[in-house]
Order: sequence, then C-alpha cells, then structure tokens
Amino acid sequence: MSELSYAGDDRDILLGRDGSDRRGQAPAPVWSGPASKRIVTGYGFWIFILSDIIMFSAFFASYAVLLNQTAGGPSGHQLFDLRHVVFETALLLSSSFACGMATIAADQRNTIWFQSAMAVTCVLGLGFLALEANEFAGLVARGAGPTRSAFLSAFFTLVGCHGLHVSAGVLWLLTMMAQVFAKGFRADISRRILCFALFWHALDIIWIAIFTIVYLLGSAA
Amino acid sequence: MSNGQQTDGKDIDVAPGDEFEGDGGIAIRVTGYVTGLGLAILLTATSFFVAGTNLVWQPSIPVALVVLAIAQMGVHLVFFLHITTGPDNANNVLALAFGVLIVVLLMGGSLWIMANLNHNMMNMPMDQMMRMQP
Repeated sequence: MSELSYAGDDRDILLGRDGSDRRGQAPAPVWSGPASKRIVTGYGFWIFILSDIIMFSAFFASYAVLLNQTAGGPSGHQLFDLRHVVFETALLLSSSFACGMATIAADQRNTIWFQSAMAVTCVLGLGFLALEANEFAGLVARGAGPTRSAFLSAFFTLVGCHGLHVSAGVLWLLTMMAQVFAKGFRADISRRILCFALFWHALDIIWIAIFTIVYLLGSAA
Repeated sequence: MSNGQQTDGKDIDVAPGDEFEGDGGIAIRVTGYVTGLGLAILLTATSFFVAGTNLVWQPSIPVALVVLAIAQMGVHLVFFLHITTGPDNANNVLALAFGVLIVVLLMGGSLWIMANLNHNMMNMPMDQMMRMQP
C-alpha cells in the first residue's frame, strides 16, 4: 500500500525542494516519505529510555516516602560516605564523555579510535560497578543490608537497579565492540551504537538524580 | 555527518542522540563534548561543596542541590544527548516533555499523598490506629 502511493507521490516530494533556500522559514508541510530507519530506531529507543526513567521515578518516589522508616536502624546520614560517591560520580561522568568520543569515532568510521574509546568507557564503567559493589558489601557487612529496614530496602532497590542497568550497559558495550570488529560500521551496527550511546548517557542522567537525592540530601539532612 | 540523515531538506527530523551539524567537523563536535564535561564537573563540584559547607544558609541547601541537579541534567541533555530546540528535534523534545510530565506527576503525587496521610494519621489516637489494622 505505502509502496504504491509512495511511488505515485514522487512529484509531491519534489514540490517541496525546488532548490530555493528555505533556511529561516518553517519547513514546508510536504509529505516527504517515511523517516529514515535511523530516525525511527533512535526515536523508538528514546521512548524506551523515557519509560525507563519513569520506572526509576517510581523507585525515587518510594525511596522518598520510606526515607524516615529506618525501624530503629541506621539512617543515610550515618551510612553514606561522600568521598566514595565523588569517585563513583567521576568515573561515570568520564565514561559518559568517553562514550561521546566513541560516537564521534563511529560517525567518522575510525575503527581504532572507536575501539579505544569504547574500551576506556568499559573500564570506567567497570570501575564504577566495582566501587558500588564494594559499598554494598560494606553496608551488608555492617548489618545494614536491604532486610534491615524499609529505608534500606528502598535504597538498595533504587541504587541497585541503576547498577544493574550499568552492568547491562557494559555487556551491550562489549557486544558493540565485537560487532564492529566482526562486521565493521554497517548501517545496522551504527544504529545500535546510536542506541547504546543514548542508553549510556541516560544512565549518567539517572546517576545525577541518585547522588543528589540519595547521597547529598541524605547526608545533609 | 551522518548515517541516514539527509541534509538536502527532505528529512526534517534528527534521531535523538544525533547531532545536526551544518559545516562543523570533528573538532567542533569534540569541543561540544568537552564543554559539556566541563560544565558537568563544575556543577557536580558545586553540588558536593554546597552539601558539605557551612558557608551558606542551611535551609537553602536542599533547594540549591535540586536546582544544581536539574541544571546538570540539562547540560547532559544538550551536550551529550544533543536534544535541541530546533525544528528537527520537535518530536524528541515532545516525547521528553511528556516523560517529564509523568515523572513530576508520579513523584510529586506520591510525596503529596503520603505527606497528607502522615499528617492525618498523626492526630489519630493510638487505639483507633490499632483498630484500623486488619
């Protein structure tokens, strides 16, 4: 169906692009065919990321509601070590930057730069995960595990869910390195790289909310 | 650039995360990321400083932290995710706006309702609260 009408509409497409300079004006309301696959894929993944953020907002809401339900156990003020969080933030932020460099390298079809930038992104992401695992193990060892109080359940759910996302991101990152190694910068591989970059940057945005709401507000209060 | 993005005026959309660049090269794109990184470091450092300092009026600290966090999210959106206000980004921005609306409703609504409940339960005598439990 779309194939048929599309073929007949070729003249209409051309109407909008008569060679005149249309910069500064509103784009002409001309049916210009379906969007490219890259735009459709990227937009769909953007919708997924936004729904993922909505899921996180539910975890944030439950954390905020349960903040004072410590059941006589330790509060965030006694548990959180901000020096730890500074390092975690620095690692995640610089890995986001390295991911941006990998995006540029992918657009330039530069394999060496792409693989090295992705490797740096991976190492920084793994460093973040190691610090977080260390923090969780320390909390559990001090008897402040997720079963101690409603506050700690909410804390482990929220921060642990972000950690799971980062772990999945690292697996995806390694997959992309392998696929570029094996198949090169084909159009479908480039689309996956675009989606991965969106995912990785979005995780950094969620971490901003975590270090502000959980750690900074938790230890200031 | 880029991968499926026709700049001859046929396609008026840009995929989220893709940069629309008229005549910029690699150097301009890298500069964009460096600018974003610099601003993000500045805002993060300010956040951590404000949280631990005695130099500012204490009741203002939570508000300042929230404002700094929102500013840093904006920096990430603009410099890392390349969400702009251009006409080629209208769909991406509209989806983002709807997401933000849901997030605000969900978080604000939960906090409001629970605070209200807490407030109302506070005045309830203990035996009445016990009777309410199943």
